[in-house]
Amino acid sequence: MKTASPNSLIARGLIIVLMIVTLLPFLSMLSAALAPQGTYPNGLQWPADPQWGNFVRAFEVARMDQLLLSSTLIVLGVVPVSVLIATMAGYGLAKLTSNRYKWLYLVFVFGLTLPFEAVITPLYYEVRALGLLNTRFAIILPLIGLYMPFSVYWMRAHFLNVPHDLTEAAQLDGATRWKEFWLVQVPLARPAIMSLTILLFLWTWNQFLLPVVLVQDPMQRTMAGALGAFQGQWGTDIPLLCAGSLLILAPTVALFLVFQRQFVAALMQGAVKG
Amino acid sequence: MTDIKTSPPDAQPKPVRLPPSRGSRKTRMAAWLFVAPAFIAYAAFVLAPLCMSIYYSLLRWDGIGEAQFYGLSNYVTVLTDSDLLQIIGNAFQLVLYFTLIPVLLGLAVAAAIRSHMAGRFGTITRTVLFLPQVIPLVAAGIAWSWMFASTGLVNQTLKAIGLSSWARGWLGDFVWALPAVGIIGAWVLLGLCTMLLVTGITKIDPSLYEAARLDGARPWHEFRYITLPGLRQEIGVCITVTVIAALASFDIVYISTQGGPGITTTVPGLEIYRLAFAHRQVGLASALAIVLMVLVLISIAPVQWFTRDKK
Repeated sequence: MKTASPNSLIARGLIIVLMIVTLLPFLSMLSAALAPQGTYPNGLQWPADPQWGNFVRAFEVARMDQLLLSSTLIVLGVVPVSVLIATMAGYGLAKLTSNRYKWLYLVFVFGLTLPFEAVITPLYYEVRALGLLNTRFAIILPLIGLYMPFSVYWMRAHFLNVPHDLTEAAQLDGATRWKEFWLVQVPLARPAIMSLTILLFLWTWNQFLLPVVLVQDPMQRTMAGALGAFQGQWGTDIPLLCAGSLLILAPTVALFLVFQRQFVAALMQGAVKG
Repeated sequence: MTDIKTSPPDAQPKPVRLPPSRGSRKTRMAAWLFVAPAFIAYAAFVLAPLCMSIYYSLLRWDGIGEAQFYGLSNYVTVLTDSDLLQIIGNAFQLVLYFTLIPVLLGLAVAAAIRSHMAGRFGTITRTVLFLPQVIPLVAAGIAWSWMFASTGLVNQTLKAIGLSSWARGWLGDFVWALPAVGIIGAWVLLGLCTMLLVTGITKIDPSLYEAARLDGARPWHEFRYITLPGLRQEIGVCITVTVIAALASFDIVYISTQGGPGITTTVPGLEIYRLAFAHRQVGLASALAIVLMVLVLISIAPVQWFTRDKK
């Protein structure tokens, strides 16, 4: 490593400014969350008498325990299935099809830039026809489909880099495709699967449009969707709103801090490939 | 590369044909079975709704009663109605903030640092800068609504530095609401772009910079002729991600301004939601949805083309 040249001092200064800018909104929310109930606090001012009780009240008002449960159920409904079928499809597209079937892959890729808003209206009628409106399945099933372009693209890219010899060796040993997939390919794909899992978890947990349109009851929504409802209800009570928002974003932030390395890697690769 | 593409004399004989190779019937069956579940999910919840969107866009339909065939009239409305055009224009204005601020600041940081951020400082930086990527956009919207509120931190700061006359309710201001929303998006995307560009610049061969310096290149020239071309791919990624985020924005606007005041911050995503579910103009909403999808594709295509590796 070079010693600190003036250049890198400037860089450090810039980065520190960026970090402060990134953190200020959180600090501002925290200071407001600790202000006495019903007051209209100032932007950033440590309250004379911090009201940690606001968090307890927000926890009860927002029914955080139920929200956590609801979001967890939705994530459990979406992520494992999506990862599994995308891994299978990625393998199928990368290893089992010839160039003639490139179109199939292109059909998937076409969905990569598709804004969810482009299909939200028909999704509403489709989900209603299935009788799933206002249930968690209204979020789970469409999300699985909507995640396929990225997930399949991601897993296919991984399997393209796996040497073909491996498949051939497994085939010579008489393994069926299915066995080869589970015993050889999946274990090797673990890093790619791990990153995909993290990304899909985040996107599901933070998903807003689908819950807002498809599910009325905030208790059946994702965390983000519930936060929207919470703001609608308590938008004028700044201390409570800020306390509630901080609580609602705490779970992902906590997970992120624990698995910081994996999250950063997943988000960066996710951006590059997406 | 020379032209010896024909097989060299000592080429190994082709390996013995292996059991089920690509293209055999059995393999094709297996391929379909592996791809089918993903494809069915994709077809059911993306391709089918997309076709329905196109179909709805040709109708005049309130979502309940009889639908009338309406031809391309909805598209004509989308492309001529002054409100809808303003809404589409708003999305493109957001691109300026969502894209330019993160990319320019990211480039500045990357060019200044030009090395790995190792050690504890690097870890802390990464963690902090990625926080906005981890939280729901809704939370970012709420945090910044509070920042921009009349007693919020932005006004507090302005007053502290003697610019009280600038203080205002930013998100309720006809002129400043859209830039304020843009700042929220820039805040969300800033860390990601910065880290992508900082990582990208470490991959540029340092000897290029040394050679340039020996040739007496000025810092600006280094930036222009080494850094920018070397980062082409990463810049492309940043632009792609941020442009999509701006054009398809919904969460931030829904939370921070609801599209107001007036329609000054309404974006297509929000308008689709309103038209379809509040005003019951399903056909028009669908036409706007298709136009939005096409606009995203058109905006992204040249970026992809310019930044792809020349190969």
